[in-house]
Amino acid sequence: MAYSDKVIDHYNNPRNVGQLDKSSETVGTGLVGAPECGDVMRLQIRVNPETQVIEEAKFKTFGCGSAIASSSLATEWVKGKTVEEALQIKNTDIVKELALPPVKIHCSVLAEDAIRAAIGDWKKKNGVAETEAATQTVAAQ
Amino acid sequence: MSTATNGVTSNLTPPAGVKLPIYFDNQATTRTDPRVVEAMLPYFSDVFGNAASRNHAFGWEAEEAVEKARAQVAKLIGATAKEIIFTSGATESNNLAIKGIAEMYRERGNHIITQVTEHKAVLDTCKRLEKSGYRVTYLPVKADGLIDIEDLKRAMTDQTILVSIMIANNEIGVIQPVEEIGKLCHERGILFHTDGVQAVGKIPVDVNAMQIDALSLSGHKIYGPKGVGALYVRRRNPRVQISEQINGGGHERGMRSGTLNVTGIVGLGKACELCQDEMESESRRLSAMRDKLKAKFEANLDYIHVNGSMEHRLPNNLNMSFVYVEGESLLMGINDVAVSSGSACTSATLEPSYVLKALGLGDDVAHSSIRFGLGRFNSEAEVDYVADKIIDVVKKLRELSPLYEMVKEGIDLSKIEWAAH
Repeated sequence: MAYSDKVIDHYNNPRNVGQLDKSSETVGTGLVGAPECGDVMRLQIRVNPETQVIEEAKFKTFGCGSAIASSSLATEWVKGKTVEEALQIKNTDIVKELALPPVKIHCSVLAEDAIRAAIGDWKKKNGVAETEAATQTVAAQ
Repeated sequence: MSTATNGVTSNLTPPAGVKLPIYFDNQATTRTDPRVVEAMLPYFSDVFGNAASRNHAFGWEAEEAVEKARAQVAKLIGATAKEIIFTSGATESNNLAIKGIAEMYRERGNHIITQVTEHKAVLDTCKRLEKSGYRVTYLPVKADGLIDIEDLKRAMTDQTILVSIMIANNEIGVIQPVEEIGKLCHERGILFHTDGVQAVGKIPVDVNAMQIDALSLSGHKIYGPKGVGALYVRRRNPRVQISEQINGGGHERGMRSGTLNVTGIVGLGKACELCQDEMESESRRLSAMRDKLKAKFEANLDYIHVNGSMEHRLPNNLNMSFVYVEGESLLMGINDVAVSSGSACTSATLEPSYVLKALGLGDDVAHSSIRFGLGRFNSEAEVDYVADKIIDVVKKLRELSPLYEMVKEGIDLSKIEWAAH
């Protein structure tokens, strides 16, 4: 399968790889996917408690090149957005940006899930009302 | 695009004499040997007769070439020339053998035994027969990929007419106990067909010592051309009958009609001859290279896993899982090396390899698997380069892998409630 240049770029130069302290009050962690399905994404955000702006985002992904690219892109996109703005990111936006073929759409869905899961985790920690989508959060560890 | 320091794709430069891309996918197909091409060339143009034309020199010449090839193929597997039927390839040979025997021996019984890691050409053919009233037993395999001969014994009934079990597997290179299977079948008057595609030309195969009644083989897996193969059909002790699946003209003793692919057949014959002449030295060379590849991985990486028996295995195959790294992402990082993966992402169906699943491996291990198929045109320098490259990319992808990080932190991944999607 031929990958788009953007997928190759994110694969070769993944943005924001790493880990944030998941016990921190200001950090939300989303761990989505499953090893037996061939992709697991962990996306973490650090949220400014005053402004609710996502100031830092980190990811690690086990998955194909498109899964790595989708999560790398997701960290780029959530940074600088408020949590409510970040919740507006749709998997279809990721598909478009990375020119993902139909068989790779699930990678973008997983990235959207990861964003929602991370935000859901942060909201839970901080007593912010849960949005409907955040119920998809996987109980990480 | 910039090449950042954390770029995943390996940018190791190949040593002098190593040309990119490197082909390590010789279980999928092989390069046609130049000596085979040379043998074939006259039959595209100068010698163009129809081997079935009995009344002029053009036909005689073509027929002579076909008969020479028939003898070359037969010799490689210890058969006689008359027992070789030329086909378009192993898929056709498997179809012809299984359907042809099932149909011919229908009055004797309706039960067929095969096993779960067969090639789809066997499995799908058996499934088709199930729709027309045959009963098929699919034997499981053990963790090493071999069938349990006791399972086979237990599965045999007085209705069993055919056992179809491959010699060597295309994904994991594991060699089944063919001799024991043949003996068991012949003791009970059951016919034994084997898909010999991966084994013939690579390891010694003798249809008499192994008591094989029908054997499928293919040209393009043994440095011959694509589009040509053969089916061995035993003529004595017992004389095996096969009902034809393609009608018209009665070529190949009525078992396979159609004008013979003289050029391809000449190539197949030559390919068989070369394999026979070079098997011993080539097998030693390839297994040494394969073992070196494996040793390099083992010395440099943790959490790796060989899939299938190392003891009962083709000399040129290595199937390894680099756990916590997804196969397709690994292939992407070594893009000038051709190998294949059992990962779902590399298959059209998005299902991980059914062969690896049959070994009882978790899907996560199948997703991480890479098949290395070495061949005649590979060198030790290539092995060194590929090993270094894989090690490099696996390490980089593990830095990206949340699973590897969690395992390193001592977290038991099986205790996590993953949301399957």
